[in-house]
Amino acid sequence: MSNQDLSEVTVTVNGTKIEAQPGEMLIAAADRAGIHIPRFCYHERMSSVGMCRMCLVDVDTGRGPMLQPSCMVPVAEGMVVDTESDDTKRAQEGILEFLLVNHPLDCPVCDKGGECPLQDQTIAYGPGESRFVEEKRHFEKPIPISDLVHLDRERCILCDRCTRFADEIAGDPLIQFTERGNSTQVLTFPDEPFSSYFSGNTVQICPVGALTAAPYRFKARPWDLEETESTCTTCSLGCRISVQSSRNELVRYLGVDVESVNHGWLCDKGRFNFESINSDDRLTTPLVRDPDNQRQLLGTDWGSALAAAAEAIGQVGPQGVGIIGGSRLTNEDAYAWSKMARSVIGTDNIDAQLDDGLPAEIVFGLPPATIADACEADTVLIVGPDLKEELAILHLRLRGAATKGRTKVVQIGPTVTGSESYAQHSIRCQAGEAAKTLTELLGSGDPLAQQLRDGSVVTILGRASMAESADPAISVAAVIRAELPHATFLPALRRGNVRGALDMGLAAGFLPGRVRIDNPSKALLQKWGEIPTEQGLGTTEMLQAAVAGKIDTLVLLGADPLCDFPDRKLAAEAIQKAKTVIAIDNFVTASAAQADIVFPATAYGEQSGTTTNIEGRVSRVTQKITPPGSTRDDWMIATELAWRLGGDLGLTSKEEIWREIEQVAPSHSGITFERVTSDEAHEGILVQQSSIDLTLPVPQDTPIADGYGLRLISGRKLWDGATATAHSPSLQHLAEPPTLKVHPNDLQRLGIPSGSEVRVISTRATENLTAVADSNVQRGTAVLPFNQPGGGANRFIDATAMINDIRIETL
Amino acid sequence: MKFFTEENSSLAEEIIGRYPKPRSAMIPLLHLAQEQEGWVTDEAMAEIAELVGTTSAEVLGTCSFYEMFKRHPVGKYVINICTTMSCALMGAGDLMEHAELRLGVKSGSTTADGMFTLEGAECQAACTEAPCLQVNYRHQYRVTTNQFDALIEELSSSDHEVPEHGVLSQIRQHIPENRFVGVVPPEDVTAAPVWLNDNGSDQ
Repeated sequence: MSNQDLSEVTVTVNGTKIEAQPGEMLIAAADRAGIHIPRFCYHERMSSVGMCRMCLVDVDTGRGPMLQPSCMVPVAEGMVVDTESDDTKRAQEGILEFLLVNHPLDCPVCDKGGECPLQDQTIAYGPGESRFVEEKRHFEKPIPISDLVHLDRERCILCDRCTRFADEIAGDPLIQFTERGNSTQVLTFPDEPFSSYFSGNTVQICPVGALTAAPYRFKARPWDLEETESTCTTCSLGCRISVQSSRNELVRYLGVDVESVNHGWLCDKGRFNFESINSDDRLTTPLVRDPDNQRQLLGTDWGSALAAAAEAIGQVGPQGVGIIGGSRLTNEDAYAWSKMARSVIGTDNIDAQLDDGLPAEIVFGLPPATIADACEADTVLIVGPDLKEELAILHLRLRGAATKGRTKVVQIGPTVTGSESYAQHSIRCQAGEAAKTLTELLGSGDPLAQQLRDGSVVTILGRASMAESADPAISVAAVIRAELPHATFLPALRRGNVRGALDMGLAAGFLPGRVRIDNPSKALLQKWGEIPTEQGLGTTEMLQAAVAGKIDTLVLLGADPLCDFPDRKLAAEAIQKAKTVIAIDNFVTASAAQADIVFPATAYGEQSGTTTNIEGRVSRVTQKITPPGSTRDDWMIATELAWRLGGDLGLTSKEEIWREIEQVAPSHSGITFERVTSDEAHEGILVQQSSIDLTLPVPQDTPIADGYGLRLISGRKLWDGATATAHSPSLQHLAEPPTLKVHPNDLQRLGIPSGSEVRVISTRATENLTAVADSNVQRGTAVLPFNQPGGGANRFIDATAMINDIRIETL
Repeated sequence: MKFFTEENSSLAEEIIGRYPKPRSAMIPLLHLAQEQEGWVTDEAMAEIAELVGTTSAEVLGTCSFYEMFKRHPVGKYVINICTTMSCALMGAGDLMEHAELRLGVKSGSTTADGMFTLEGAECQAACTEAPCLQVNYRHQYRVTTNQFDALIEELSSSDHEVPEHGVLSQIRQHIPENRFVGVVPPEDVTAAPVWLNDNGSDQ
């Protein structure tokens, strides 16, 4: 035994000595040293299985060279490896000849042709000819195994990548090897499709053309594609993606492997909703309300629309304007609007969140954690939405860490969630009472309390239900800050660049860089001039003010309060009462359809800039295609409006905006434009920790439910009526119709058979819905998804209540 | 709609209880399902998946790996005629042809009355007794065409001891819980098994 450091072993590969980690597989060590060993089944993010035998290499551990699969052989000190020996080459030729025995070689009509590992490696390592003259096996091709994925079993080389992914990574083992020997094939159970939220990943990792995605099939050849690396802004997690286009049309997104966020995986919603960008329903020209027929919007030119908007804003005082939304925007666009609101209009009535997340000061004031922190923490405490539905890739990361035993997941919430399968404990509490349950837990002698006190804890904090206010979540934060001071937080916020929008000051009371409005920096005042000093209104307050006639002009910055704000009645009244509603959006959403002036904005893939994920990680969004019609970037609209209001934002390009952000936002200081556009931004750049004073209120008791009511719980589903999903032809039919789920005993008590229509009564509305018995629902509660097409829960919710109850009656 | 009968449901629970992980009971439950229906239906696989906490696709993957789990209806008696070397030399081909004529179906099919399924099979490990066949996996040795006819007659009457296809054993064993061998879940194993330590040579 040598005296060498035990943390590394030295292996000789092709005559070169390379360093490797003990336990690491030979193929991974070779990859890091830049020595490529051909492979089909090996994937660095999944366990090795040694299925395909393509990575056979000559390994000599002192007993002479021997062919061994390098994905299954851990490195050992003194190992001598030859990846180019005659034996290795003969093995590679043999394996490829075998793999091609049943492969149809229909490359000219195969989507994978041109980027196919089997094609490429056959050219590089194959024998050039085959001795096989018999009949190949035949299958019906292709068969849909889900709404999004098609399977061609003839092309499959049985590498176990898709089936392994489904089982190991996604936790949805709905595709399997069936039969045996020459009949082996990948299949689903009859009539039980591969309906995983992550099915698109199998298409990306398939080393042949066996799995193809319906939205991309026959759309383009790989050599015609142009691509650029960007960041997905579908949810607030910020997965890195490769945006690919052909003839100025987006045709495909692929996951890019970054250690910090998505490990190369994407959810199907993020992967396939590019279809909405290409949609014919896109808004391409400004619209104004027809003076002759108030019920319709008419196309107009930018000049008149901008003039009308400027007039509507200029007519009312600064307090008469409210700006709602902004999480669709890039950081630069959000900054321009933040500056425009404060320095030109002079209002602080601005809020990027639709009262469905956490107050900005909570987001800024709690000690932050990253996704990696969560995956390495002793305990991850989830008190918030169902991550599988709302932040799908975070769910995947936590699932991976928990199943590998790196962390323990504990969740406290009122419903069954997708995290149940890998959680150490799933503690069911009454809706809105997680803080109480947590206090009781920490006060008990339970070993879990000790685990939370002794080990590192990352809390994923958000609103478990849209039918509750932010108070229950804030109470949880207060309990954790008091009892577990070492715990850090990852906010589970809803929608795209919401964190970036908050950072840029699209939150009442906050300026860019997480600075309170009464404490602006000199640098900011120098650029911004005079700004309001009083904190303005948040979304709910703005809508209430509009109803009360105090706000006359509402600006909807990519926001659709009628669908996304928890309280539809309040939103509808506010939009109706406000004298002028200005909407800036990609589509004529439900709210935009009620607006007086609508501006068409550029969409994802049509604009460059930066986005910030829930960790506070800044990464690049890049333009790939030309925007349709006369759409404009949001910052340009802000600049134009400012100009017409007699102001000048002094911003002429996104680069210039970022340089100004870097100067005026203390948290972004040092994150220069050069850094943001460098290779460093591939993993994203974490914004500095903010240090605002935060006083958390004393936890409040949740109002007690009366004996007749059911406590309403409403979370979002991955497939719902979201604008991008609804405008993607492949995705729009995936959303289930809304059903009210109630415990069987509660239904029985009311004498209602499962599956029948019931009358649902809340303080806001009385409407009919289908009620279904579900024993996973707690007694005394009713679960209704927030935004399913055909009826959302927002009709029943009162946004000013801490918690909402409903009653159900037979018709 | 439940697949397993009430009696088999409780038996299934008992079988699952024998293993540290429910998933391990998948194959015994597939046997139970085949015993109940004579073959493994899709409904059975879906219910087994629910019982052992996995997906139907995983149960299908396991079930389809084994030829002796039938995923389509078979006759009351499955007759496997060995067609491998020794039996082939001793006239298995003729026997198969005779069987096809006698039963009126091709190898691989089931008679219209649902009584017999005829199959060719690989070696049944009775080469000294060639040609041999199995009825529901019970051997018949040195079978002549006349003996085959007699066998069919016997099976068609009620005077025989061959149970219907799927029945593993006519005597059901029940192991009381206190007589379990005390299986330990793999993740809880901390030391090498006793026999390995005693031996002392396995290091």
